[in-house]
Amino acid sequence: MLFLVIGMVIGITTIVTLFTITKSMKIELGNKFDQIGANMLIIPKADKLTLSYGGVPVSGVSFDVKKIDSSAIDKIRTIKNKENIAVVSPKLLGGIKVNEKNALAIGIQFKNELRMKRWWKINTDAGKPEQFEAKPQRMEMKNTEVLLGSELAAKLDKKPGETVNIGDQSFTVRGVIQSLGSEEDNSILLDLTVAQEILNRPNMISMIEVSALCNTCPIEEIVAQISEKLPQTNVLAVKEAVEARKAVVDRFANFALAISVVVLLIGSLVVFLTMMGSVNERTREIGIFRSIGFRKVDVAQIILTEAAVVSILGGISGYLLGMVVAGSTAPLIAQMDLTIPWELNIAAGALGISVIVGLLASVFPAYQAAKLDPSEALRFI
Amino acid sequence: MNIIEVRNVTKTYDGGEGLVTALGGVNLKVEEGEFLALVGPSGSGKSTLLSILGAINPPTNGEVIIDDINIYELSSERRADFRSEYLGFVFQQFQLIPYLTAIENVMLPLAITNRSTTEQREMAKAVLEKVGLGNKCERLPNQLSGGEQERVAIARAIVNHPPILFADEPTGALDTKTGQEIMDLFKTLNKEGQTIIMVTHNMDCLSYTGRAVFIRDGLLEKTEEYRKKVI
Repeated sequence: MLFLVIGMVIGITTIVTLFTITKSMKIELGNKFDQIGANMLIIPKADKLTLSYGGVPVSGVSFDVKKIDSSAIDKIRTIKNKENIAVVSPKLLGGIKVNEKNALAIGIQFKNELRMKRWWKINTDAGKPEQFEAKPQRMEMKNTEVLLGSELAAKLDKKPGETVNIGDQSFTVRGVIQSLGSEEDNSILLDLTVAQEILNRPNMISMIEVSALCNTCPIEEIVAQISEKLPQTNVLAVKEAVEARKAVVDRFANFALAISVVVLLIGSLVVFLTMMGSVNERTREIGIFRSIGFRKVDVAQIILTEAAVVSILGGISGYLLGMVVAGSTAPLIAQMDLTIPWELNIAAGALGISVIVGLLASVFPAYQAAKLDPSEALRFI
Repeated sequence: MNIIEVRNVTKTYDGGEGLVTALGGVNLKVEEGEFLALVGPSGSGKSTLLSILGAINPPTNGEVIIDDINIYELSSERRADFRSEYLGFVFQQFQLIPYLTAIENVMLPLAITNRSTTEQREMAKAVLEKVGLGNKCERLPNQLSGGEQERVAIARAIVNHPPILFADEPTGALDTKTGQEIMDLFKTLNKEGQTIIMVTHNMDCLSYTGRAVFIRDGLLEKTEEYRKKVI
């Protein structure tokens, strides 16, 4: 019986470990993807589409067809799911000349944009071109400072600390963003208000990127809520990010499920074989029970009660051990810094699975024990 | 009044090389309060007869009537209830459950009744005191001598106050002195009115009984009376 308990403990430990790690991965991955960047784009409704940004067509950049008003930023914060909104980063895009060379000007709120694009590698030290800001989201930027895309910086031959001129205004290059393979590479990023002045579009925005904490929210609902508040815009969910997150987590969850099913099957087999062995070993004992008046159901009850006790012990120990193992192996398995939560429902689930498997696997041995012929069992009489 | 009546009971087994007749038409009556010995050599059929009387081995033919109940007409589960209510067994080699204490072994037959655990424990304690083991209730079987284990087995068999007590070679595993003590205990129980049917091949035990039925080759050979039944 000791080995049976150990077997149950190992089985439940494995399941609890995998399940807990999967659950924590879901939470952590959700958080990570939410941190990575926008999962919604808000662009004006327009008939003509001329430029694109991030693969999404942006209207009116060249032709000034339609714009979004700055008040839209505040309106986004008034939707029903407003607590799910993490970062709102408005942008104004326009073509300008920097040191007499053509460039795409992207007016941004530095704080919000850098919070959203925290994977950007920004070199701020001309003497150490391979060293990047450890936490770009913490950078404090003045409105007289700009960031340059890598291509533009090369074209202008400008390094961090030097100055560039837009018209008659000069700006300090605070940093150069390492090549992203996107529009930013040939852009100059400057303060939104400054950009509005230079482009002569006061209070106007070309697009808004929104990052929502979508681990807990349905993104489609947020899209609908924003569309309602901003009827003059198109709100697009950047589904790829959401889908990618789901795919990664789902793949691990399926793997964990498959392993758990195999473990459960093996566990059931171990319980079954042990209980059958126990019944065979105790033939004479069962014969005694039957001859002193125990009914078949009484004998079956003894076997099932034993299985239940073993299962409960295995379930509780397996849960506790599983949590310990999950806590110590999660960073290795998931390659993430995971927090393993102690949850009552996982404990109850572990106990439930353990008892159900233990009892189901013991039904046939119990039946075999119950139908033992007492005269056969006590052949010595 | 007859408490047991065996009518034309036969028992045949499939012994692999054809049918083997264990009992070949047995008729027997046992009166209430009687102390009966079933005597015979190995393979004579005495243990088969005991198991048929004990409601655990249906005969091939014939009837067994106990207290006006034709026991093999009962369903298997009703027969289990019958055993619980009417019969006590003292098995060969004691057959105590090794992981249960003496008192827990004695409580076993009560576990399937509606009595509370406290009541079961009190009854078991009283009967252990009766067999002289009141101070060894909490011992495991391997902490008891052979004679003491036999007493626990007897206590387990009578704790439910069954009308009939079966004993299979009760002195077989004991030395002469301890065997006599156990037979004295059976005699005392019989004097109190307990019907006892005992299988034995130990002739020394027969003087404690009222009657001995000798069995050979599955047939009743002869009957010897030693004393009148007590009640």
